[in-house]
Amino acid sequence: MSAGGVGLIHYLVVAALLFTMGVLGIFLNRKNIIVILMAIELILLAVNINLVAFSAALNDLVGQVFAMFVLTVAAGEAAIGLAILVIFFRGRGSISVDDPSRMKG
Amino acid sequence: MNYAAQLAMILPEVVLGLGALALMLVAAWGGPGSTRAVSWAAVAVLAGATIALAGPASSGGAAFEGLYRADAFAGFTKVLIYVAAAISVLLAPDFFRRTAGDDLRPEYPVLILLSAMGMGIMVSAADLLTLYVGLELQSLAAYVLASFMRQDARSAEAGLKYFVLGALASGILLYGISLVYGFTGSTLFDEIAGAYAAAPLSGNAKSMGLIFGLVFVFAGIAFKISAVPFHMWTPDVYEGAPTPVTAFFASAPKVAAMGLAVRVAIEAMGPAEDQWRQIVIFAALASILLGAVAAIGQQNVKRLLAYSSINNVGFALIGLAAGTPEGVAAVLSYMAIYIAMTLGSFLVVLQMRDASGQPVETLASLAGLSRTRPGLAAALAIFMFSLAGIPPLFGFYAKFAVFYAAVQAGLFPLAVVGIAMSVIGAYYYLRVVKTMYFDEPVGEFGPGDRLEGGLIAVAAVAVSPLGYLAIPLLTAWTMGAARALF
Repeated sequence: MSAGGVGLIHYLVVAALLFTMGVLGIFLNRKNIIVILMAIELILLAVNINLVAFSAALNDLVGQVFAMFVLTVAAGEAAIGLAILVIFFRGRGSISVDDPSRMKG
Repeated sequence: MNYAAQLAMILPEVVLGLGALALMLVAAWGGPGSTRAVSWAAVAVLAGATIALAGPASSGGAAFEGLYRADAFAGFTKVLIYVAAAISVLLAPDFFRRTAGDDLRPEYPVLILLSAMGMGIMVSAADLLTLYVGLELQSLAAYVLASFMRQDARSAEAGLKYFVLGALASGILLYGISLVYGFTGSTLFDEIAGAYAAAPLSGNAKSMGLIFGLVFVFAGIAFKISAVPFHMWTPDVYEGAPTPVTAFFASAPKVAAMGLAVRVAIEAMGPAEDQWRQIVIFAALASILLGAVAAIGQQNVKRLLAYSSINNVGFALIGLAAGTPEGVAAVLSYMAIYIAMTLGSFLVVLQMRDASGQPVETLASLAGLSRTRPGLAAALAIFMFSLAGIPPLFGFYAKFAVFYAAVQAGLFPLAVVGIAMSVIGAYYYLRVVKTMYFDEPVGEFGPGDRLEGGLIAVAAVAVSPLGYLAIPLLTAWTMGAARALF
């Protein structure tokens, strides 16, 4: 579609890779919970790439408006996530994923 | 259509939004001393929103260029949501006062109001963008509520787990939404349905995109209704969250997410019925089986009720799998009866406390309850028998309606397997009853209070055989709501 040869499909592949990395980052992560928050952001960014790429390909603005909403909500989500993390740290003194949980999963 | 007429259609959300903002100011200035006043004001705001449903808010049709729909379906689900939210607000002050640790802060009712507003937007959404905003408003308030007891390590852990898995669910749902938008070219449910009807759903790249979008959207919604295989957060969050919050999670957001699932399935993806029916049938049967089997070994009552809620969501999904107006009506009446049963059970859990008022949550502490507190034991027995779907009680009718809809839609194997699996579920409900009636008493619970006792009595009467008197009304109401979608 564009002169450089970068088309919709390239954007979709990048977004799919980012999305997969985000999901794996949540489940395979063995370090700490901040990494999980970063993985969640990665997922939302993958979605935004998808939305903006589709928006350009369809010549329709809704996708870009949607991406704005996703960015805004992601900011709120991160704020709440970090706030909960602070409470969690106060009670536990650690934010390691490996820390055995009080409740059996 | 003029702007005032459209605002009249979103009147319940306007009432809740303005009420929440005003009460937030009262809470900020009043401090912890204003908790009780803010709680009662929040209940009044929810009552006001319920009254506001009577007008164009439940009959107006499409508003804001089709982004929002005010129909009988939204009206019915919103009544359930507001009632459940109001009860969760009423339960909280006494629970937090008795329990060691933090006192209740006036933010609690405000967060419930905001969450209820998000749920109202969810069930009225007729566009993927509205859906997303409503869902996030509901979820973000719920994450905070789960970790509301800040001194309690379990509550913080519940909040964190709910947040991480909830955010993952939103991400999966959003990824599905982006694919659906890209391959249908619209976020409006009507236009999405048109695109699904027009495109062949197999054989080319576009059909792959459409199917992938559908699968991701349903996976995200399955997280929110805690259907298997996306249920793993439920037991931990239900156990760790403060009990009034757990009662809230088990009732209002379940109804909202189920309403959302039904609307997306029927309105947006109706033409792809054969594709989503496979997902719904799998999730339904897996939820019923896992909810029944995993509950057997549980010693914590809140965990047990969490598995019970997974189990019940499976039964409700059977009605959705039918995909007919009768099926949708059956889902709605199931959710209405489920709310009475589950709120009743959690009200009994709230009564479980030792002499100093600290909550007790083990199943063993219920032993001999029939001798120490016969009324409470009888009420819990009614809720358990009703959740198991044993005939004279109203829970039987809920299950009967979904299975009848499935049989009418020709899904005989689904109905047969579902009924067979409901027998497994009966085992652990009966175990609770056995503990209360046949085990030796281990000690007495502290005294109950009148508000909770009254609510338990109301819920017990509603799910008792007397509930059958309400069937004509319930059928008329749910059928009217279901027809609004077709």
